[in-house]
Amino acid sequence: MRKLAYLAGLLVAGITIVPLLFVVIGGFRTTAQVNANPVGWPSPWVADNYTAILGAPAFWEFLWNSTVIAVIATGLAVALGSMAGFALSRYRFRGREALYGVFTIGLLFPLGVASLPLYLLLRQVGLLENPLGVALPEAAFSLPVTILILRPFMLAIPQEVEDAAILDGASRLGFFWRILLPLSMPALSTVTVLAFVTSWNAYLLPLLVFNDQSHFTLPLGVATFQSQYSQDTARILAFTTLSMVPALGVFVLAERRIVGGLSGSVKG
Amino acid sequence: MRRRLELALLLGPALLLFVGFVLVPIIVAAYYSLYDWQGFGALTDFVGLGNYWDVLGGNVFQGAVGHNLVIVVLSLVVQLPVSVAIALLLNRKLRGRAALRLIVFAPYVLSEATTAVIWLLILQPGGFTDQALTFLGLHGVIHQWLADPQVVLFTLFAVITWKYLGFGIILLLAGLQGIPPELLEAAALDGASAGQAVRRVVLPLLGPTIRIWIFLSVIGSLQVFDIVWIMTLGGPANASTTMATYLIDHGFKRYEFGYGSAVAVVLFIICFAFALVYQRFALRRDTEGAMG
Repeated sequence: MRKLAYLAGLLVAGITIVPLLFVVIGGFRTTAQVNANPVGWPSPWVADNYTAILGAPAFWEFLWNSTVIAVIATGLAVALGSMAGFALSRYRFRGREALYGVFTIGLLFPLGVASLPLYLLLRQVGLLENPLGVALPEAAFSLPVTILILRPFMLAIPQEVEDAAILDGASRLGFFWRILLPLSMPALSTVTVLAFVTSWNAYLLPLLVFNDQSHFTLPLGVATFQSQYSQDTARILAFTTLSMVPALGVFVLAERRIVGGLSGSVKG
Repeated sequence: MRRRLELALLLGPALLLFVGFVLVPIIVAAYYSLYDWQGFGALTDFVGLGNYWDVLGGNVFQGAVGHNLVIVVLSLVVQLPVSVAIALLLNRKLRGRAALRLIVFAPYVLSEATTAVIWLLILQPGGFTDQALTFLGLHGVIHQWLADPQVVLFTLFAVITWKYLGFGIILLLAGLQGIPPELLEAAALDGASAGQAVRRVVLPLLGPTIRIWIFLSVIGSLQVFDIVWIMTLGGPANASTTMATYLIDHGFKRYEFGYGSAVAVVLFIICFAFALVYQRFALRRDTEGAMG
C-alpha cells in the first residue's frame, strides 16, 4: 500500500513537472535544436533566448503593467471588501442578509457574461487602453469572494472584544481600524493573495481593453508573443518560462495562505 | 443618524463598484439582447426574443452547449475520482509529502494563458508529446491533438485537468484534515478494513468538500474560455467551441453585440439555474446560504 502511494505520488508529480521542465530547459536550446529533436537535451546550452528577452523592454513592460493592475485591483478589493465585510458582520440593520446575498450571488457571474456591456461602458467613460479599465472591474469581480471569506471571520470575533473597546472610548470605526482589522490579519492575507492571483492571471479583460501592446499584461503578452513568433519555438519557450517565474515565486512564498484560503472558503 | 452615515461610508464604495461593474453590465446585457445591434449608434432594431431563437436554434451554439456538457461530465467522472484517490494517498505520512503537494498545486497558480501556450508547444505535431509517446512505444496513439475534430475536445480536457487537478486535491486534503483520526482508529478497532473505512467513514465525512468541488467544477466547466480560446479559437470547424468562446467570437470579432448579449444571458441562466438547483438539493445541508 505504501509503495503504491509512492508510485502514485511520483506519477502525479511527473505529469505535473515534466511539461514545466520541458519549457524551462527548452528555452536553453536553439530553435534549430528544438526542431531537429523536440525531446533532446540542450547541446550546447545557450542562454541567448533568455538574455534577449530580459534585454528587450517588452517583457519588463508586461511585468510592470500586470503589477500595477494587480496592485490596484487587490488594494481596492481588500479595502472595500473589508469595509463592507465589517458593516455586514458587526452592524445590525434591515436588509443586511439580502445585501450579503446580492454580493455572494456575484460568485456566479462569469466575467464573460458581463463582457460586452462592460466593454461599452469602459469605452464610454474613456477607460479603454487604461490600467484602471482592467483594475476596477477586476476588483469588482473579486469583491464577492473577499466578502464571503471576511464576513464569517469578522462575525466570529466575540462581542466582548467590541464592547471593551467601546468602553475604553473607541468609536465603532476606531474599533474597526485599530482592533478588528489587526485581528482579521489571517483572513485578510488570504483574500489579498486570492485577489492578487486572480488579477495577475486574468486574460479576457485585458484582451478586450488593450489594443496597444505597450499596455499588455503578462498573460496577454505571452499569448501574443506565441502567435507572433510561432516559428521561433525556443524563444517562446524562454518567454513562457520567464512569465511563469513571478507566479511560481509568489506561490512558493504564499503557498500556506493560498491553500489556507481555499480550504477556508470551502468551510464558508 | 451617525450610525447610518457610518453604514453608508462602509458599504457605499463596495456597492458602487459591484453594482457598476458587475450587476449593471449583466442587466444591460439582457437589454441589448433584445436588439439587432452592432455596438455603435442608437438601439433601434428591436427584435424581441428573435436573437434568442437564433442562438438556441443554431447548430454551432447547440454544439457549444454539448462541448461544455462533455467537459462537465468528464470532470465529474475523471477528475473527481482521481483527485479523491490522490488526496487519500497524500494524506498518509509519506516522505516528501510537502514537496509533492507543492508540485501538484503549482499549475493552479499559472495563468490560463501560460498554461495554454505551454501545451501548444508540447502538443505541436512531431513535438514533445509525440516523441515521448514514440519513445514509450505508443506510436499508434499519436493524433493531430488540436487539429483533429474528433480528438481536440479531449486534448483540451486533458490540459484543463493538468491545470486544475491540484486545486481539487488541495480542497480534498483540507477536508480530510477535518476528519478526526479517532474515528478511523475506532473503525479499525471494530475490524473494518482500510477499504471499508474509506467507504463508510472517510467518504461520507468528505461529502461537504466533494459537493463544493462539484459546484465549482461545474460552474467552471460551463464558463471555460481562456485555454480554449488561445489553443484552438474553438476550432477546427467549431469542434471545440464553448458557450464563452462563441459569445466572444460573435460579440467582439463579428460585432454582433445584440446576438452576443443573448448568448451571455443564456450562459448566465444556465449557470444560475444549475446553482439554484444544486443549492436546493445538494448544498443546503452544508452551507446555510453561504453560496448564495
